[in-house]
Parts: sequence; structure tokens; C-alpha cells
Amino acid sequence: MTTTYGWLVLAFPLLGTMVIGAGYRKLPGRSAGWIGTAAIGLAFLAALATLVSLQGHASDHRQLTSSLWNYASTAGIDAQMSILVDPLSVFMILIVTGVSTTIHLYSVSYLDQDKGFARYFAYLNFFVFSMLLLVLAGNFLLLIVGWAFVGAASYLLISFWYRRTTATQAGIKAFVINVVGDVGLVLGTYFLFKHTGTLDFLKAFKAAPNVFTSGEGDVTAGCLLLLVGAFAKSAQIPLHTWLPDAMEGPTPVSALIHAATMVTAGVYLIARMHPFFELAPAAQDVGAIIGCATLVIAATIALTQTDIKRVIAYSTMSQIGYMIMGVSVGAYAAGMFHLMTHAFFKALLFMGAGSIIGAMAGEQSLEKMKGFRKAMPFTFACFVIGGLALSGIPPFSGFFSKDEILLVTGERGGWHWALYAFGYLGAFMTAIYTFRMIFRAFYGDPVEQAKELEGGHPHHAAEPTNPATGEVEDTDVGFPGPTHAIAERALPMKVAMTILAIGAIGAGLVQIPEVDDVITKFLEPSFAGSTLYTVHTRDGLLVFGLILGTVLGLSGIAIAWRIWVKQPQVAVSARTRFKPLYTLFVNKWYFDELIDALVVKPAAASGRFASTTFERVFIDGAIVGGATSLVRAGSASVRAIQTGLLRYYAALVVLGVAALGLYFLLQT
Amino acid sequence: VSIAWYLAVSAIVFCTGAFGVMTRRNPLVVLLCLELMLNGANLSLIAFSRMWGNGDGQVLAIIVMTVAACEVCIGLGMIVAIHRRRLPIDVDELRELQG
Repeated sequence: MTTTYGWLVLAFPLLGTMVIGAGYRKLPGRSAGWIGTAAIGLAFLAALATLVSLQGHASDHRQLTSSLWNYASTAGIDAQMSILVDPLSVFMILIVTGVSTTIHLYSVSYLDQDKGFARYFAYLNFFVFSMLLLVLAGNFLLLIVGWAFVGAASYLLISFWYRRTTATQAGIKAFVINVVGDVGLVLGTYFLFKHTGTLDFLKAFKAAPNVFTSGEGDVTAGCLLLLVGAFAKSAQIPLHTWLPDAMEGPTPVSALIHAATMVTAGVYLIARMHPFFELAPAAQDVGAIIGCATLVIAATIALTQTDIKRVIAYSTMSQIGYMIMGVSVGAYAAGMFHLMTHAFFKALLFMGAGSIIGAMAGEQSLEKMKGFRKAMPFTFACFVIGGLALSGIPPFSGFFSKDEILLVTGERGGWHWALYAFGYLGAFMTAIYTFRMIFRAFYGDPVEQAKELEGGHPHHAAEPTNPATGEVEDTDVGFPGPTHAIAERALPMKVAMTILAIGAIGAGLVQIPEVDDVITKFLEPSFAGSTLYTVHTRDGLLVFGLILGTVLGLSGIAIAWRIWVKQPQVAVSARTRFKPLYTLFVNKWYFDELIDALVVKPAAASGRFASTTFERVFIDGAIVGGATSLVRAGSASVRAIQTGLLRYYAALVVLGVAALGLYFLLQT
Repeated sequence: VSIAWYLAVSAIVFCTGAFGVMTRRNPLVVLLCLELMLNGANLSLIAFSRMWGNGDGQVLAIIVMTVAACEVCIGLGMIVAIHRRRLPIDVDELRELQG
């Protein structure tokens, strides 16, 4: 029964995609949006039913598989259409469907006037379906299928406004980098499959300790390749550059990518593959170090960006860095817990940002926003709740989850203390950049747009323009629609944001250390064989961490208040005093340029070499030209025999027959 | 009479025909020479048929005659056509198929 609910979770979004996709011309008004929302909402209910019925099983029987049919069962390959329902996957489907439902609801208003309304919801449902397939997959094959589907869906949605060249370029970039990750995932699967001999997760996990010795070459290589996949999907250094560019998509899509689907896939992958990772300590260390580097670097970049969505995007990178670090050091429950709380407050922040962008008529630059506090009280409240949760201020949700990751990291001891310290440094910067964003957008003297809104009229740009390039756009299909949705004026948006705000405030309470530990206990059956899955022991460190986190968060907010509200000139003087650092951060540590120089330019140069030199000289000249001249020379020599003289032919025939006759005579 | 004589006559007729086909330039004569070759072959067929005392060779000879009749029809038709188009009646001149 439990697995039937699991299949239903997959079926509803797929059905929604097909209905909306097939009927996109016929569906009247907003019905496509409501169908899409209902499909995900039903999937959420099915996920709840899965949870309830899974809890009905004994705790050592909570890993259920169900297979619909065999893809292939030949030559030792057991590829089945199978799902694995266990606490980890149920936890993921609850987050994915729950947060996606609110995002769908929000989108119904946000994209109301867009010409691609039905297309949007078909894509959105497909995206959620892909992510659910990824997390419910019961074997490597289906995991790879879901993994690739998510990449394709993200491409479709990032390039949703396909008449914008910036959007199509961002979509291509995301897709290409994700394919790099896909290749890593597939190759990693080969390494593991070679030894375990099965694609099925449970069988492979069971076989892992028997066929691999700890730290062996093949399992380390396999796990490192899996990490490549995880890094590309979860936007970790150096495969992160697609994520900020992905902000070209509609704002709810950014919320979906950052909160519920896509970027969390890498975290899930590492948690899911923990039996292999625990046999490959080197790969775990790489994951932890890269996660830590990402969280610090992304936080520094977020300090200097001026595009509101990009600030939130870098903050996502940073938070995913915490999760990757967490699941890599063995803090599985803490990592998944942070994934959940992050889903709530990040989706909330994106929705708030979408609302402000609506009020600014499409403008995203923080430089031009000011004083929206009075004009948009609801958005302001939601933004502050999300910001407090992101900064880790008690009792908001981010406080508990972030500190727990760092606590487990610290408990590992040794060089992990460095990760611990950097984690708190990142937390400090998180508070600064989050409140920098809030203070710049909501405080100060209201700008013209905010005044108009206070007067009761949302601002409308004279001509719709692309915020990235300033090009004038029309509002036909493939461009953003003419309306600008604001949470204060659209009930579905308000409802969605309220739900998420409640989650952002309260979700942390399910796992208060030493009090309830709901998530640790719930996820335990999925990590039954894990050696690292332990409840923390150092109470002193726990209390120290909680206090340190609070102090750092509050002082970060205080610094942000001082710099951007009290004494705005400090920002300018700090910028000039730390000029080299500022340049480094504002140029995103030159990662785009680095990848451009290391990968893109050489690839383009070798392509040019191939097309101009290699193809001209070798292919066209030697192979193609050689073949034709050979045939020409041969046919010229044969042509001489073709005289056209009848008598000559006759003589040839006679001579031929005579020669044959002579041959046979001599034979006998 | 020994079969060798028949075969000798047959070979002479055949070689005469073949020589004519190779040397003569008038298509009409070439056709005639072809007929000679066919009839040389016919002669040996009938001679063998007699030697074995069954009719197989004779049947074959009649088939050859039929084929020869068809061939003459087409050959003469082509010559008439060539003549009508005022082309030279000379096989060496008709060499459009030269490569």
C-alpha cells in the first residue's frame, strides 16, 4: 500500500503535465494554473499518505521497493522500473511536493497575463515530476533518468522567456553544465556497478561493504564522479556558474529551482549514496572541503551583488554548501533538516523578491530600490521572516538546522575544526548580506515606485525592458507578460507566502537538539548501516554553537544596519578601502572568466582549428580529394578500352572465347 | 561419315562468320556473318544429335533458328532506321558509345 501511494506521488504531476501540455490551446483562462496546482497538491496529499502508511511499518522494515516492470534483465543487468520508498525519499517528496504546491499557487497570479501561461505550468509540473522521479528512484538507472529530466526541465524553464537572448543563453549554460554532471553521475555508476553487479539501490548498498574495502581506488573514483554530478546539480564550485545566470527565468522558477527541486538533488544524492561514501573517506573529504569553500565564496560574492535575485541565488549556493558539507561529514539528518528549512525560507525570499520586482515593474537592481516598507507591509514582513531564518536567528528555522550541521562537523575533530570555523564565518556573512538586501530595498526614503504604490497604483514601466540589458521588449509570447503581480494585491500569492512564512518560522521546532530530534529519529531507518549516523555527544559544544550562531547572526544584522541604514557613507568608504577584495567579490571571484579561459576558449579554438585547418587540409584535401582523384584516374584508364567500335568488341569476344576454350583444352 | 567431318564444316562456317563480323564494316554483311556463325553452331548441334540418336540437339537448333529470326528482324529494323536518319551505313562510324 505504501508503495502505491509512492507511485501516486509520481502519477499526479505526470498527469498534470500531459493534460496541460495536450490541452494548452483549449484550456480557458487560468484553468491550466489551477490544474497544475491541483496536480502537485494531490501529489502532496499522496506523499502525506505515504508518510502515514510508512510509519505503520516496523522501524526495521521501512525500506520498501516496488517494481512495475523490467526494463532489461540481461547479461547481469537488473534494470527495473522500481521506486524505493524509505524515510529519506519520503522526506524528500514531502518537501518537494509541499513547497512546489505553494510555488504553483504563487505562479497562478504571478504569471497571470503571460502569453505562455499554460506552457509554463506544463513545464512546471514536468519539473516537479522529474524531481520526484529522481528522489523516488529505486535504482541507478531511474536515478539517472530523473537526473537528466531535471536538467532538461530546468533548461526549459530558465529559457522560458525565449525571446530574451540573455534567457536562452542562461538556459544553455545551465544545461551544458548539468550535462557535465550527468556524465559524472553515469561514470560513477559504472564504477560502482562494476563491483556490486546490481543497479538496485538496496542490493548495491548491501553488497558495498563486501565488495569494497575502505578507501579502495574504485569506490573512491566512483564516489568522486558522483560528486561531480552532485556539484553540477547543486551549483558547487567550480560548476556553480549556471545558478546565478538561471535568475533569467521567471521568479517562481527561481524559487522552485532553489528551494524544492534541482539544487537539493546533489545533497540528496550524497545522503542516498552514503554506504559508498563511507567507504571512500577521501571523496567525503573532497565533498566537505568543496562545500565549505562554496559556502564562504558564495557568501562573499553575495555581499557585493546588486541584483536582488542574484544575491538570493548566491545565498542559495552558500546554503547548499552547508548541506553538502553536512552530508559529506556524516551529518545526514542535519543536512536534510537544513534542506527542509532552507526550502521554506528560500522559497519565501524568492517570492518576496518577485513581489518587489513586480512593484518595480521588472527592475531587479537593489540600487534603484528603496523604502518599500510602508508600501508593501506584507512582503516586508515575509522578507524579514525569511531573512531572520536565513541568518539563523532563534527561534527561526535556519537557526537550528545550520548549527546542527556545524556541530556534527566540529565533533569529527581534527581539521574539521577549520570547516567549523569557516561555517560560522559564512553564517556571519549570511546575516550581513541578507539584511543588506532588506535594508536597501525596504528602508530609506521611498523611491518613486514605492510612492506610487502607497498612493494605490502599482508602477508600470512606460516600455517593458529586459532588466539585464535594458533592451526594449514587447509582451507577446516568449516575453514577460504586461502585468506586475504584487503579493499585497493577489490572494494566491499571499496565501502561498503565508504558508511558507509559517514554515520558515516553525519548521525548526521539529528538531530542537536534545528535545525532540524528530528528523534524526525519522530518518534513522534509511541510515541503518551508517557508522557516522550518531546523535551528538558533546553538550558543551552544542550550547556554545547555539550561542555563537545567535551572536554572529545578530552582530551581522547590526553591522548591516550600521552600514546601510545609519551611515550609508560607510559602504562607500569600505568599498574604496578594500578595493582589491571588493573587485574580486563583485566579479564573482572571476570564476566565469576562469572557466572561459580554461574550457570555453580552448574548446572554441580547437573547434576553429578543426574546421579551418584539419577539415580543409586533411578531410577535404587528403581523404575526400584523394578518393575522388583515385576514382578519376582509374576510370580514365578504363575508359580507353571503351572505343565504341563494334568490330573491336566482337574481336574481344572472339578472342576471349578462344582463350577460354584454349584454357579448358589445356586443362584436359 | 565420321562426326569429325561435320564438325570440321561447322567450324569452318563458324570461323568464316566470326572473321566476317570482325572485318566487314557494312552492317548488313555483319548481320549475314552472324547468321553464318549461328548456322555453324546449328550444324554441330544437329551432328551431335544424330550421333547420340536423340532429338535434343535438333530441338536446340530450332530454338537457335527462332532466336536468329528475331535477331534478324531487329537487326534489319535498326539498319532501316539508320538509313532513314541518313546516317552512314558503316559500323565504324556508329561509335557514339565511345568512352
